[in-house]
Amino acid sequence: MIVVEEEGGIVLDKVELRLGSNNFRFDCRLPAGVIIAVTGPSGSGKSTFLNLVAGFETPDAGQVRIAGENVTERHPSERPVSIIFQDNNLFGHLDLFTNVGLGINPSLKLGATDRQTISDALQRVGLGDYERRMPGMLSGGERQRAAFARTLVRQKPVLLMDEPFAALDPGLRLSMANLLLELHQEAGNTILIVTHDPDELRRLADHAIFIDNGKILLEAPIEEFLTRTDVQALSDFLTA
Amino acid sequence: MLTGVERRRGIAFGMASLLGIVLFIGLALGALLSWDAGTSGERLFTAYTWRILRFTLWQATLSTVLSVGLAIPVALALARRPNFLGRIWIIRLMAVPMGLPVLIGALGLIGIWGRQGMLNGLLLKLGLDQPVSIYGLSGILLAHVFFNLPLAARLMLAALERLPAEYWFLSSSLGMKSLSIFRFIEWSAIRGVIPGIAGLIFMLCATSFTLVLVLGGGPAATTLEVAIYQALRFDFEPPRAIALSFLQIGVTALILIAISLFPAPEDSSADVGRAVRRFDGKTPTARLWDCLAILLATAFLILPLASIILSGLKADLWNLVTSPIFLRAALTSLTIAFTAGLLAVTAALAIITARNAIADMKLPGAPAKSLSTLLGGMSSLVLLVPPVVLGTGWFLLLQPFGDVARFAPALVAAINMLMALPFVVRVLAPAMQLHHKRTGRLTASLGISGWAKLWRIDRPALTKPLLVGLSFAMALSLGDLGAVALFGSADLTTLPWLVYSRLSSYRTNDADGLALILGVICLILTMIGTAGYRKANDRG
Amino acid sequence: MRSTIFLSIAAAAGLCFSSASAQEKTLTIYTYESFIAEWGPGPKVKEAFEKTCGCVLNMVGIADGVALLTRLKLEGESTGADIVLGLDTNLISEAKVTGLFETHGIDTSAVNVPGGYTDDTFIPYDYGHFAVVYDTQAIKNPPKSLKELVEGDPSQKIAIEDPRTATPGLGLLLWMKSVYGDQAPEAWTKLKNRILTVTPGWSEAYGLFTKGEVPMVLSYATSPAYHLIEENTDRYQAAAFSEGHYIQIEVAALLRTASDKDLARQFLSFMISPAFQDIIPTTNWMMPAAKTSQPLPEAFGKLVQPQKTFLMGSDEVAKNRRAWIDEWLAAMSMN
Repeated sequence: MIVVEEEGGIVLDKVELRLGSNNFRFDCRLPAGVIIAVTGPSGSGKSTFLNLVAGFETPDAGQVRIAGENVTERHPSERPVSIIFQDNNLFGHLDLFTNVGLGINPSLKLGATDRQTISDALQRVGLGDYERRMPGMLSGGERQRAAFARTLVRQKPVLLMDEPFAALDPGLRLSMANLLLELHQEAGNTILIVTHDPDELRRLADHAIFIDNGKILLEAPIEEFLTRTDVQALSDFLTA
Repeated sequence: MLTGVERRRGIAFGMASLLGIVLFIGLALGALLSWDAGTSGERLFTAYTWRILRFTLWQATLSTVLSVGLAIPVALALARRPNFLGRIWIIRLMAVPMGLPVLIGALGLIGIWGRQGMLNGLLLKLGLDQPVSIYGLSGILLAHVFFNLPLAARLMLAALERLPAEYWFLSSSLGMKSLSIFRFIEWSAIRGVIPGIAGLIFMLCATSFTLVLVLGGGPAATTLEVAIYQALRFDFEPPRAIALSFLQIGVTALILIAISLFPAPEDSSADVGRAVRRFDGKTPTARLWDCLAILLATAFLILPLASIILSGLKADLWNLVTSPIFLRAALTSLTIAFTAGLLAVTAALAIITARNAIADMKLPGAPAKSLSTLLGGMSSLVLLVPPVVLGTGWFLLLQPFGDVARFAPALVAAINMLMALPFVVRVLAPAMQLHHKRTGRLTASLGISGWAKLWRIDRPALTKPLLVGLSFAMALSLGDLGAVALFGSADLTTLPWLVYSRLSSYRTNDADGLALILGVICLILTMIGTAGYRKANDRG
Repeated sequence: MRSTIFLSIAAAAGLCFSSASAQEKTLTIYTYESFIAEWGPGPKVKEAFEKTCGCVLNMVGIADGVALLTRLKLEGESTGADIVLGLDTNLISEAKVTGLFETHGIDTSAVNVPGGYTDDTFIPYDYGHFAVVYDTQAIKNPPKSLKELVEGDPSQKIAIEDPRTATPGLGLLLWMKSVYGDQAPEAWTKLKNRILTVTPGWSEAYGLFTKGEVPMVLSYATSPAYHLIEENTDRYQAAAFSEGHYIQIEVAALLRTASDKDLARQFLSFMISPAFQDIIPTTNWMMPAAKTSQPLPEAFGKLVQPQKTFLMGSDEVAKNRRAWIDEWLAAMSMN
């Protein structure tokens, strides 16, 4: 696999951040167009890592670059990223169509093409008939699929996912992972996915990083990542 | 996800408290009705009645619209700025007007807005020679907004803070601007609580008495509550008083039903208990707007309070505080307030548990549904039963058992409990529903129930809202004079009663000092209620 | 069910309490709250009377005069009161209708109130003329008559009490009626422009006045005495009205159901003796209704001494109160 640094990839260049008593220091160049798993023990700083890329945290020092552009000081909405959380990805009081529509235009000023795009996206994730449903009436898996639909219409080159399948049962996780893979292959985007699940890691990721205590202990292509034995914390994690 | 036993127990608790409330009110009304007043069958409703009914509803409607409308920007601004210095104090101060005897609040308002107040002093300096007069409808509205805007803002703020943290990440990531955030996120959260808040404020304003008379400028401003008081205290015609009470309850209930018809949006999202972080509102315009909203609201709230403090400081506070009569009154007041608060919280818990239990049923039958509606309605409408009617009724009931003054503390506590119930229900219900949603399935699956559930699951999560509810109820009870005035006796001296009795003996200075102390006690109570608040709002 | 249990517990508790002090004679007096306040006449009256009677004087404070009567109506014959102290003349007719009172049968020749009020049941113990009290720092030329008040500069405001809820309010209503007769509604319509607000009770109106919000208030001719004696200021003065002033006479009476009527009569006699009357001026801030042992404090000499006193018979008041209040409402509600 050819790793094209700087070209579409995510770079955290000597990024430093202090939150309360926790210090974070990230320095990495991640490849573009692949699925990158972010792993590590609880509280190690995975979500903070994601927040730095998304723009919810601004580094005290260092630079964040996406696709060669310095986005360090940019507002989250001005960064080329979409984001999916474990839960509450949809506004509970708005129907699916509106929820997805907000991904195209945050004031919901939608033209006819936009409406078609939204319908297509919902169709694509298998929720074609659910446009007017409220999130409360859907299952957890359906809600996450609707969130996928929103990232589809946003067409951002980077997708950040914070344990998106953690709340789903194993069967559902598998089918969601397959859907994610399909969508990824169609879009060719870069996906950063925080996961705790070694199976998910094997199933989805092309590349992985392991974070412990606010630092990246290992960053490697997945084959190497899974076979490394010299990092004790990683071995513990993979065999857990 | 409740077990059959739990559900039945929940409903039983609800029914018991419903029965208790109905009996408490019903017995009082019954006693009054069966009392032969010896008055001839005069016409109960005259043109005068209809006129004051019209005025009652008109001023209550305007007051409600203004209080709720103006509270929206304040709540939005406070929610959008979760971390500025002094925020917690603004929120705490918002509970103070509720605990003030209304006359003291009115005098504080007059210190700012009155003919000789700060505003007119300022206008005079600017060259305006005729003072701006607030007496009339404008004065009534001003006072009602002063007392109710903070309440509305606090309840709306709570609703906004219940929104999932992810919403703010998402809206920021999606690039939603202030207007979109308001339209798609904030408004729907606020809209959900507005009918409840509006109903509550409408009832408070419709039953307003002292404020309406003092600031109303003349008898053109008269509410039904005044007529009820007149009928019972001055003319002593129980049938008329009861007829007027029913008119008040009936008409207001109709309006409350109309308000409740506004659909509350179904919000299925659940808070995951993460710290609130907001990414929006960073533009200069948004900052200016929020600053303005918070500053104006705070000034509107703080200036009259400051005028109360300034007058209060002129009194010999040390002497007041150390006088035996003050200490006795403080003890009585706090005991009554605590009892009333505890009763209110207990009754509210029972009512909410029962409603949740009914909501939990797969196919609730018609009786269960109507019980739920009845519980909901009852817990608000109690606010409309004039304390003077309850007090007089119970006086008649208890009189055969000896000196009624001895029962007075218990009765006053019970009446205060009824007054506080709607507030406590409003504070507790959302928290309990959320808690049930978060833990209901888990506890059911683990088979945790009974005391273990109460202690391990419910206590940690509900302590904070329970404390808030308790402090709300206690503040209300502390500031209430109405119920006490009926039983006046040397044994039952409460703080507001002391304030009034000093006022009625030319001792304005002492009264000012006592009002200040009362305000401080209320502030301390709300500090208890908002303890741990800051921690929840800290990031990380 | 629950309430029945509650009632029986309450009843049981009641029995326990009432057996507490049976040995000593007790005289129970219902009065208004401010009478028994620590600075009011109550504590001193109790001390003075207990010195002579070998009894315990038990004073129960109940809001105001009107509430006092309501309380009696509610309690009826089972009332715990032996004496009621604090009704005013306007309430007498209504009080008599209850049939709860007994003629006093004592010598009341010591009583001396303007207008010479006498009654076989109700005995005056103090009185006060209603008056417009004004702030000399705000008003240089106070009205010299009710007419001047009614027709004067509407920018100089007055706070009055509501006749539907407060006795001073009713007093002003009767005062206006006494002076203007059938022309009273027109007079009210004129006066309305000067009225800043109408408060539910005396306290609210007087509070507005002392806070400087309003330069005039309907109060008593004796009010300035409080400020002179307790606060050493002559800032607040009562305006003497040339037509005369309406009077409020406060009375006490013996209840038919009193347990020890001799003791009760003893108190009523004591009430119009100097020992009681000496206490009244500087504690209740009203004029004594009978001789005091000492001349009144100097401040009382500076008070307005009305040339003429108005007082309507309580029957007339009872008969017309409703109609007159309606008349007042109509006049005051017009725009």
